[in-house]
Amino acid sequence: MQKKDLGLLVLILVVGAVGAAINPRFLSPINIANTANLIGLFGLFSIAEAFVIVTAGIELSVGSVIALLGVIFVDMVVNLGVPWPAALAITLLLGAAIGTLHGFLVTRMRMQPFVVTLCGLLVYRGIARFYTSDATAGFTFGASFPSLEWVFSGRSAGVPHSIIAFAVVAVIAWVVLHRSVFGRHLFAVGKNEEAARFSGIRTARVITLAYVICAVLTALSAVFFAMYTRSISPASHGNFYELYGIAAAVLGGFSLRGGEGSVVGVVLGVVLLQMLQNLVNLLGIPSSLNFAVTGAVILIGVLADQQFTRYRERQRQLHALKHATAEGED
Amino acid sequence: MNAEPSLAEPVTAATGFDLQLRHITKVYPGVVALDDVSLGIGAGEVVGLIGENGAGKSTLMKVLGGVIAPTSGTIEISGETVDGLTVQQSFRHGIAFVHQELNLFDNLSVAANMLLGREIRSGWLGLVDEAAMARAAQPILARIGARFRPSDRVADLSIAEQQMLEIAKALSMKARLVIMDEPTSSLTLSETNRLLKIIADLKAQGVAVLFISHRLSEVQRCADRVVVLRDGRNAGRLDRSAISHDAMIRLMIGRNLQARATGEAGSGDDSGAADPPAALEVANLRTHAYPGSNACLTVRAGEIVGLAGLVGAGRSELARAVFGIDTAAAGDIRVGGRTLAGHTPREAIAAGLCLIPEDRKLQGLILDFPVSANICLADLGAVSRNGFVDRRREARRAGEQRDRLNIKVADVARATAELSGGNQQKVALGKWLALEPRVMIFDEPTRGIDVGSKAEIYALMRRLTERGVAILMISSDMEEVISVSDRIAVMCRGRIAGVLEPPEFSEHNVLTLAIG
Repeated sequence: MQKKDLGLLVLILVVGAVGAAINPRFLSPINIANTANLIGLFGLFSIAEAFVIVTAGIELSVGSVIALLGVIFVDMVVNLGVPWPAALAITLLLGAAIGTLHGFLVTRMRMQPFVVTLCGLLVYRGIARFYTSDATAGFTFGASFPSLEWVFSGRSAGVPHSIIAFAVVAVIAWVVLHRSVFGRHLFAVGKNEEAARFSGIRTARVITLAYVICAVLTALSAVFFAMYTRSISPASHGNFYELYGIAAAVLGGFSLRGGEGSVVGVVLGVVLLQMLQNLVNLLGIPSSLNFAVTGAVILIGVLADQQFTRYRERQRQLHALKHATAEGED
Repeated sequence: MNAEPSLAEPVTAATGFDLQLRHITKVYPGVVALDDVSLGIGAGEVVGLIGENGAGKSTLMKVLGGVIAPTSGTIEISGETVDGLTVQQSFRHGIAFVHQELNLFDNLSVAANMLLGREIRSGWLGLVDEAAMARAAQPILARIGARFRPSDRVADLSIAEQQMLEIAKALSMKARLVIMDEPTSSLTLSETNRLLKIIADLKAQGVAVLFISHRLSEVQRCADRVVVLRDGRNAGRLDRSAISHDAMIRLMIGRNLQARATGEAGSGDDSGAADPPAALEVANLRTHAYPGSNACLTVRAGEIVGLAGLVGAGRSELARAVFGIDTAAAGDIRVGGRTLAGHTPREAIAAGLCLIPEDRKLQGLILDFPVSANICLADLGAVSRNGFVDRRREARRAGEQRDRLNIKVADVARATAELSGGNQQKVALGKWLALEPRVMIFDEPTRGIDVGSKAEIYALMRRLTERGVAILMISSDMEEVISVSDRIAVMCRGRIAGVLEPPEFSEHNVLTLAIG
């Protein structure tokens, strides 16, 4: 665990302790389970976003993809009678197709990620609304898909399945990003694409794969969200989620310039953001202030982290100076 | 803003500018970059600052520019002690830099670049007055004998003209000390002569010039005094009468330079034996830069082929196409008899070909990565198991290359950016040596590198050829091409104009072919 992550963890504990002291309901099993559920839901696409950000890219269409794939999934299961495992597979494949398209446009057509995914944000949202004729898509009252519901919105021993999925994905993402050759290539490409190319790394492939991983994880998240809300109004479902994912990644130490960040950081970022939302509710802060609180905490968090890094750098210099003078006297 | 009339005022010696750096020490974690360095320079004086890479020249410049604060020592400007020199103060005291990497905006005009941040404005809206800026810039350009106009776009200027613009910009800020960092590294001979004349003019006008260069003959021609740094300390100073090539080298490396024996040793041995097999064959290669020219070239195992030519002859383009960074428009590339059809670096590397690019900071290395990650970057497969990087093996492999190449870093987990230029180049080399390549292409391997490291790199190249490695060395340094190569291929406008064997080696022959 990096020092950066440790700072974030301390912040989470402090915020949690203060919140719990003011309102003990914060630690009630029901509240913890609900918050955990939300952490799982939002965490999945935040990790997805991190994979693109580490390549110095950005993915702005996350929210729209969640809406589009959500309505498609629900439509397949409810109206078309597709068995849900098949519908899930098709949804994930659609995600992969979207990711491949984005990667292709970014690497082969050399378009800027911001532009590609901004257009994606608009296009997928529009298609989602057209697909449902702007009507809400959802499960009709009394419709029952027990196994599907158990898998995506059920609980085992009181633990919501969304956070279990999030934990599994986080562990895999950590291994891929921080221990695998592919992960090293991702960081290299994000830091200096030119040097990576001169080292024989297939940069176009690496970047495209990052977009594919991002979109597939987003597709998975879309299914979880569909099962969580059970009804999807395509005009608003998933709005701003991409910004939420970017915020969690930045809070977790990812640099928008690429090549920096850790999965532990983004996980902690998601946890902190959800805790804050929860506390806004519990502490009776007007919920209209929700975004303002989130924004302020991210700003302060990133600022504090940078100040701390500079402080440590100074300490290191001082230490080195002492060391050097001591050597000189020998 | 009525800065217009005063811009062109020549600075006179009467300004009494005097800069004294006393006992400057700068300590970084694990490294003492400067150790008790002193340096003085006064109005109308040209001081040459020389030293090997990592001797502390760059750090000293950063101290002067106020970019970094020295750990201890004093800075005195015109008799006044300046505590905690900042970038702004350095600027106000008339210290101006002409950097090795030009800091110009090529989308703007000459005048706009010169007066950036000091735009002349007019009208009640305070809009930029292009005409007034051009008028203000003109006399300064005239003063250094520039032939381009204030309205020209920087993108249309040659490198040499851009350099002159940098100097003009410094003068427009009423610079009393102009610091030039390797100003001639990308200039032709006649452009260099012009620059040296400008330096003499500045001196006559009372401007102090600090001239940093590895090209000792130029230092010798223009400097009143030479200050030598070695390992972050003052290694000595030479006054005008004592400046000589040998004296400078002696102080820089602390010993006499070994005769270039390495160049001759290898070539004699193979004579009489049958020609070794071709390691790299390039047939009818057309690059996108020169789609109308065919390049054919063969490099045999165990030889160094120098690739000479004028700047822009298409040498780097050839190297990039062979390595697969750019796709070639047409042509065959064979490494050890195997045809490279895919035109990707990955395929080239698998065939045993590697390229050490010209720009090590942008292309050769990821500076923020640890030394170990850079060394293993091209062949992570060798230090990983089932797709996962084995960090112990990575560190071990990096350690081996560090010891082999004598890279000065205590811990291979340190960021590559913390190393000196020469050591960074060694890391870039170590990345490929770990792969045991069959063919190595060096693009300007010793550009901006000090004499001592140059000798080390030549020796390393020779050792590699003795083990059967074929080397193609692109170089613009004529002396280097002639002394290091076993054969010289000369390129001209995208084709190989001719190949010279040792008896024909001469500057005259190379140039004749290069001009075409």
